[in-house]
Formats: sequence, structure tokens, C-alpha cells
Amino acid sequence: MTATSQAPVARAQGPRPDFRTRLQEWIPKLVLSPSVALIFVFVYGFILFTLYLSFTDSRILPSYGWVGFENYDKLFRLSHWTISVTNLAIFASLYIVICTLVGLFLAIFLDQKIKGEGFIRPIYLYPMALSFIVTGTAWKWLLDPGIGLENTMHLWGWTSFQFDWIKNRDYAIYTVVLAAVWQSSGFTMAMFLAGLRGIDNEILKAAQMDGASNWQLYRRIIIPQLRPAFLSAFVILSHLAIKSYDLVIALTGGGPGRATELPATFMYSYTFTRNQMGIGASSAVIMLMTIAAIMVPYLYAELKERK
Amino acid sequence: MGFLDINNATKAYGSVEVLHKVDISVEEGEFLVLVGPSGCGKSTLLNMIAGLEEITTGEIAIKGETMNGVHPSKRNIAMVFQSYALYPNMTVGQNITFGLEMHGTPKAERDRAMNEVAEMLQITQLLNRKPGQLSGGQRQRVAMGRALVRNPDVFLFDEPLSNLDAKLRVDMRTEIKKLHQNLGTTIVYVTHDQIEAMTLSTRIAVMNGGYVQQLGTPKEIYDTPANIFVASFMGSPSMNLLSAKIRVEGDRAMADITQGEGTVSLAMTNAGPRLKTYDGQTITLGIRPESITDPDGADRHSQHIETIQARIDVTEPAGSDTFVTTTLGGKDCIARMRADADVRAGQTVDLAINMEKAIPFDPKTENRIA
Amino acid sequence: MSVASSDSAVRMSRFTRTLIYLFLLLFALFYLLPLFVMVVNSLKPLSEITGGNMMALPQVWTIEPWLAAWSTAQIGVEPTGLRPYFWNSIKMVVPAVAISTILGALNGYVLTKWSFRGDKILYGLMLFACFIPFQMVLIPMARVLGVTGLAGSTPGLILVHVVYGIGFSTLYFRNYYAAFPTELVRAAQIDGAGFFRIFWRIMLPSSGPIIVVCVIWQFTNIWNDFLFGASFADFDSQPMTVALNNLVQSSTGVKEYNVHFAGAILAALPTLLVYIVAGRYFVRGLMAGSVKG
Repeated sequence: MTATSQAPVARAQGPRPDFRTRLQEWIPKLVLSPSVALIFVFVYGFILFTLYLSFTDSRILPSYGWVGFENYDKLFRLSHWTISVTNLAIFASLYIVICTLVGLFLAIFLDQKIKGEGFIRPIYLYPMALSFIVTGTAWKWLLDPGIGLENTMHLWGWTSFQFDWIKNRDYAIYTVVLAAVWQSSGFTMAMFLAGLRGIDNEILKAAQMDGASNWQLYRRIIIPQLRPAFLSAFVILSHLAIKSYDLVIALTGGGPGRATELPATFMYSYTFTRNQMGIGASSAVIMLMTIAAIMVPYLYAELKERK
Repeated sequence: MGFLDINNATKAYGSVEVLHKVDISVEEGEFLVLVGPSGCGKSTLLNMIAGLEEITTGEIAIKGETMNGVHPSKRNIAMVFQSYALYPNMTVGQNITFGLEMHGTPKAERDRAMNEVAEMLQITQLLNRKPGQLSGGQRQRVAMGRALVRNPDVFLFDEPLSNLDAKLRVDMRTEIKKLHQNLGTTIVYVTHDQIEAMTLSTRIAVMNGGYVQQLGTPKEIYDTPANIFVASFMGSPSMNLLSAKIRVEGDRAMADITQGEGTVSLAMTNAGPRLKTYDGQTITLGIRPESITDPDGADRHSQHIETIQARIDVTEPAGSDTFVTTTLGGKDCIARMRADADVRAGQTVDLAINMEKAIPFDPKTENRIA
Repeated sequence: MSVASSDSAVRMSRFTRTLIYLFLLLFALFYLLPLFVMVVNSLKPLSEITGGNMMALPQVWTIEPWLAAWSTAQIGVEPTGLRPYFWNSIKMVVPAVAISTILGALNGYVLTKWSFRGDKILYGLMLFACFIPFQMVLIPMARVLGVTGLAGSTPGLILVHVVYGIGFSTLYFRNYYAAFPTELVRAAQIDGAGFFRIFWRIMLPSSGPIIVVCVIWQFTNIWNDFLFGASFADFDSQPMTVALNNLVQSSTGVKEYNVHFAGAILAALPTLLVYIVAGRYFVRGLMAGSVKG
């Protein structure tokens, strides 16, 4: 069915449209209007407001003294911000790549007529149902060298085992990656599995007739057909990465030092605890622009396709 | 003024006109079929009659009252959809009476009407089932029941048989025809199937590219198609269209058709006087497959049969007939022979052409030369 | 998902299959490990945790930590346990889910069956709203809630969650209704049913699956939210996630790990329960979140 049908009702036109027809024409728009109004005010209105604030001298409260690009200028000179952005770059790229790889391999392996698939699959997916705060709490403890994994290994006799990344400035960001991958890789698995199940079996049989090995079958025939799943996974994961806030708060609180600060935590602390609202706003604008650069082309393509 | 009048109706989406000045008047009790290939505008026209799409200009009137701007439910019409559009959450009985309920008919009267219709369509035993539990043919009946119960002025059918398998389609076709004969209702019926159009209708409107190409009885449409489109769309296998050169010989016009190295000359006895003005020009000659036969199978009532010799390229025995393909005028030409005609590919045989049924067309305008 | 599966075309040796099973099992352990540790250690006395092995089963089984987490643990300044915050979350989640689902259903119905010029752009704008970083709206939202007197209250949080939930609920219903035959709506129109009657009698009775998906998605998201709760709530309205974080991060006194774990499980329990009961729909919701329905 084509999604864009004409409005099924005859529009008021011609000599004497009856009252009911005219009313019926207005009801749908009236019904939609509260949602549209909410979105326009609370999303797009607010975006404009924050955008405006980012050009003002707002400190603890919004203020309307225009300062041009001063906040952006300051922002990019703050080492705190540069560290956050660098951390995000490390975190996002590792998070996306590892989630995709883990998800893809789990999906491919699960798709080999595995006994107990119905039992294993939910185990991979349940972390997605948890709050990042819960995930962070659990991993914070597991990774704590004093009581967590390191301690356990020592107690089990592997006394040289060392795993103190969460306390180490150079490695703490990787613990965030670990916990985030734990939470979301099951989801990418589900996306790839759906993609695999959607591939026409006859194509695979034809490829085997052509003499393709298993490896070639996956590399040349199957994985290329998963393109839409790769794209969706990339878009979803990247937007989750940029918005990441709760996990860092619960796992490391941004520390040790600033080792796990991300733009989202930066924005919050500058706006609400350091009373630098102008700079906070400008950092939020940068975040929005990054997400928009990924989402807008994707949504545009998706909506156009549906036409 | 007829029962249902479509006066100069056009439909445009933005600046694109998809339906151009349609003018059809339907009498009470008529069975009008709108037929044409997909995208010809036939469903759009039906939706305009139903009020599901607006009319851009022009007017549609039922019983002399204009329907422009009138809500679909106030037009006293009923529609049977291609997908049947049965409400999946309601029982058959509820589906049939939903419209009456919406119009405030009391429960007792609804039930009476429902039972009457159910009996007529022999679906009484299905009344408490859900549409999901029905077969295709049963759904079709329920959809018709939902239309009948309203006792509308005009029935609209939108390709109602296209979701059925071949055998059921033929059965339901007969059933719809019976229903029309018994109830004498006015029906507008959309289909892309020319056999449905021929068998069901009292009149056919052949549509293409947003234009009504020809409006007439099935016989008129079949025997005197207005143009090449109508000629080739109606009939299966479709009409042979051959290039022929006109040569006037006394008071007769002859059509010369190349065949292999030579030429066959056929006298055009049944053509109108205008054909002679085409002296020396090339025209398109339309001959239906059933007008080219083996000499034994030729129409005995025809006043004018020409016999030619032709080499058979392919034979296709179809059980009731045998279709053979030969080459005439540089093109494939299909002839229809008796089922047990003894022909083989490669043979040269006699073919009898019923020239009474040959129709000349102007190759530029594509219209019939009358 | 189609029935056709790729696996019947792939053949491999016993050895490879064993490796695959090992790999899958290893990952299953990886996913289960944190949950196992949380559950086991929430049932131990504190002394067993600080001095012992986190992987070991309790020597003395106790539900004390659970009771403490629920009703007596120190959260912020009050020794209330998580109980009041649990109810705060419920009072926030139920109306927010209900309202955003109803609005989403109506929006999806309008956008697919009553389309009009410009509806695609409106839909695109609603969809994009799902993905904005919420940092972008924190400042003005705080202002608006302050001005309207909703700051720190449950109705304020409900408003926030409804506003930022509409996009997803509309997405779900729009995709679902797009596959719903328009001919049914037309037939109902000819039968004389109007906008709301068609919605109520024709669309809604067939919307069961998508309502479940939408409710689960909204429930999980709103229950798990931390940012809005941390930004806009006070004691009377703080949700479970914020309270859990306060419990775990509190710097005073001895760190009662077993209580923290019990609390974490309590905070996760409602969404886990939903996942266990209706996992199929949960996955479908996740997938629809990637726009392709």
C-alpha cells in the first residue's frame, strides 16, 4: 500500500459542501495540533532559545547581553571541553565499532540453527531493559580493584592479575566503553539477526551452487545485504553515544579527574553547577549540530523512501 | 438527464490533470463497466462518484441532484472494494449492519435486513464468524452483502474479483450478473479485465490516459472499436494489426499486404467510403484472430471470405481452439483454428480471412477509418 | 522477520560448530555476570562482601539488605529507603505513558489516514525531536517549569516525558497504521462513520500489538530516565533512578554494597519484569526505534 494516500474524504468544493464534510476536514488537523504545538514550543522553540543563550552573557540565570561568538571561543579554549570531546571521540568510535562487531558475530552465530536460541537470545538482550544508572552501579563495582574482578582473581590464586582501569586516568574511558557495550550490543545483535532472517534463502542456495564457501558466502553475499542494518545500527549507536550522560554519572562521575568527562556531563556541570550558562548552551548547540549532521540525512532518506 | 450523470468531470493533482472531461450518463438499471489498463483513471473516476476524492471541475449528479461536496455516506451509494475492506474486528453480521447502525437504523430493522441479505447471498451460516475465518469467495459475498443491505441508488465495484483465483472469479462473475438481473440495480464497475467487462456490462467505457476512449455496448466496442487502443485492448488474443497499402480499383479498395517476398491483396468490402481517400497510402488493418481461420472453420454467414496461403511459424493448441502464428505484413499474425485442425509448424496452409470483420485504422490518428 | 532463514544453506564442520557454541556461551556469561553478582551480593551480609569473594554464594543468606534498600537506607538526608521514590516513579510513569500513547495513536491515525499537504514535514519534525540531545532543552525547560509553578513536581515531569515521548509513540503508530488498509477507512466513511467513530470502532480494535509495543517502550524509557529526574525533580517527585544514584554515591558512612545492589535490582525490577513478560514486544519496540518498522 502506498503510504501517501489522498485524504479519503471529499474536500469541500463545488456548489454546496455540507457542514459535516467541512467539519470532517478540520477534525484531523485539530486532533494533531496539540502535539504539533508541544513539539514546536518544547523542542524547536527551546532549541532556538538555547541557541540564542549561547550568544549571550548568561551566567547563573539567562541574561540577554549579546556577546557574539565569545562563548564558543571560550569553549574551544577550555581544556575541560577539549578533553570531553576527545573522550567522546574515543568512546563513540570504540562503542560503535565494538557493538557492531559483537552484534554482527553474535547474530551470525545465532543464525546457525543453534539449539536453545530462544534461551540465549533474551540473555543477550536483557541489559537493554535496564537503566544506565543500574548498569553503571553494577559495573562500577565489578571493575573496582578492591572488591571486584581483580580481587576475585587474586582470591582464586591469580595474584599477578591486575585490572584497575576504572581508577586509572589513561584507561578509565575504556571502562565506560565496556559497560556501554554490555548494555547495547544485544540490541545490535537483534537488528542484524532480523536482517539475516530477511535474506532470501534461494539467493544463498544459488551462491552455493556457484561454489561459494561459507566465508565467501558471508563476505560477498550476506553481509553486503545487511547494509540497512549497518546504517540503522550506526545511526542509533552514534546518537546514543553523543547523548551518553547517565552511564558516566553512575560509573565514574566523570573521573578520575576529568578522564571520563563527556560533552553531556560537561554541559550539565557548566550550566548548573559552575554557573556558566552561556558556555553550557554553546556546548549543547555543538552536540545538537553533531547529531543533526547524522540524523537529518538519515531521516530524510527514510521518509523519502516511504513515499 | 440520466440516473447517474458525470458532466465534464476532471481531476487534477496540483497542475497534473489525470482525468480529462469525462462525460457519461448512466440510466437506471444499467451496468456500466469502466475498463482500462492500470493508471488510466478508472479507479479515480469511481472514487469521485463515491465522494472519496474531490472533483476538480465539472459535476457528478445522482437522480438529478448534484453530489459535489456531499459526504460519501450521504450519497446513497454502496461500494465493494478490491480488498473487500471487511472490518477485521467485527463479525460478518456486524460488518453488514455497520452502515445501518451509523445511519441510526433501529436494531430490529437492522437484523431483519441483515437476515434477508444473508439469505439471498447464502451466507447465513457465516454471520457470527470473523472475516479472518472466511475464504476469498465468502469474503467477497460478505462485501456484497454489506453493499446490498443499504439498498443504495448506485452500486460501485472496484475490481472486486481481482483477488480471487481463476475458477472462483468466473463463478462470482456469474453471480454478480445474476444479482444485477434479479435486482435491477444501477452498477458502476471498475476492472482491468476485458473479459469481465464484456460479459458483465450493458455498456462499457474504455479508458486510457485519463480519457474515455470509447463508450458503448459490448458489441459496439468489440465490432467497431473507435481506435487502435480500444481494438487491441479488448479481445484475447488481441487483434492483429497489419500494415497495408490501399489501392483503389474501380469502386473497390484493395489492401496490399506484404507476405514473404510477395504481396497479398485483400478487397475491403465492408469499409466506409472514406477509405478510398487513402489511395496509395499505408494504413493499419485490424483483423481479429477468430476472423482468420482454416477454410473449414470459416464463418458460413460471411459474405466475403478471402483465402490466402501462409506458412505456419508456431502452433499453440489450447484445447478448445488451436492458435497458429504466421507472418503477414512483416509482423506476427495470430489465427484461430478449430481444435483438431491438422497443422504443424513449417507447413504452408490455406487461411480464410473474413473480410467483413476487417477494420481499417489511420496509422497517424490511430482512429478507425469509418 | 521472514520465515526464510539463511542457515539451512550454510553447512559446517563439527569443530566449527563447537567453537560457535563456545563463543555464544562465553558471551551469555558476559551478559549474565553483572546480574549474577548483583543478586548474589545483595543476599550477603556486608562483612562477607568486604572480606570475601564476590563470585561466591552467600554463606549466610539474608534479605536484610533488601528491606534496608526498600525502607530504611539513607538517601540524601532522609533514611527513607527507596520506597517513596518508587511511588514517585509510578505516579510519573503511568500518566506519562498513557498520555503519550493516546496522542501517538491519534497522530499516527491522522498522519496515515487523513493526510494533508505538509504532513510529511510535520512528521519529519516530530521524528527528529526524538533524537535531539536533551541538553539542548534543559535550560529553557527549567525556566518554563519554574514560571508555570511545575518545577519539582510530578505533573512537571509528566509534561516533560509526554513532550519528548510523543515523537516515538507517533512513529510507532504511524508505521503500524501505514500498513493498515485505507480501504477500510473508506468503507467506513461510506457507511457513515466519522473521524472519531472510525478511530474507535475500526482502528483501535486492531491496534493491540502496537499499543503493547508503544506502552512498553515508553514505560522503559521513562522509568529509566535519569537526566530529567535529576534536573527537574525534588524530594516529592524524584524518581527511582535519581534516588538510586544518591544512595550509591552518598559519601557519608560505610558503603553498604549489599544495600546498593538490592536497590539497583529494585530499580531495575519493573522494566526487567516487563522484559520477561513481554520480551517479544520489547524487541519489536527497539527495532522500530531504528525507524524502519
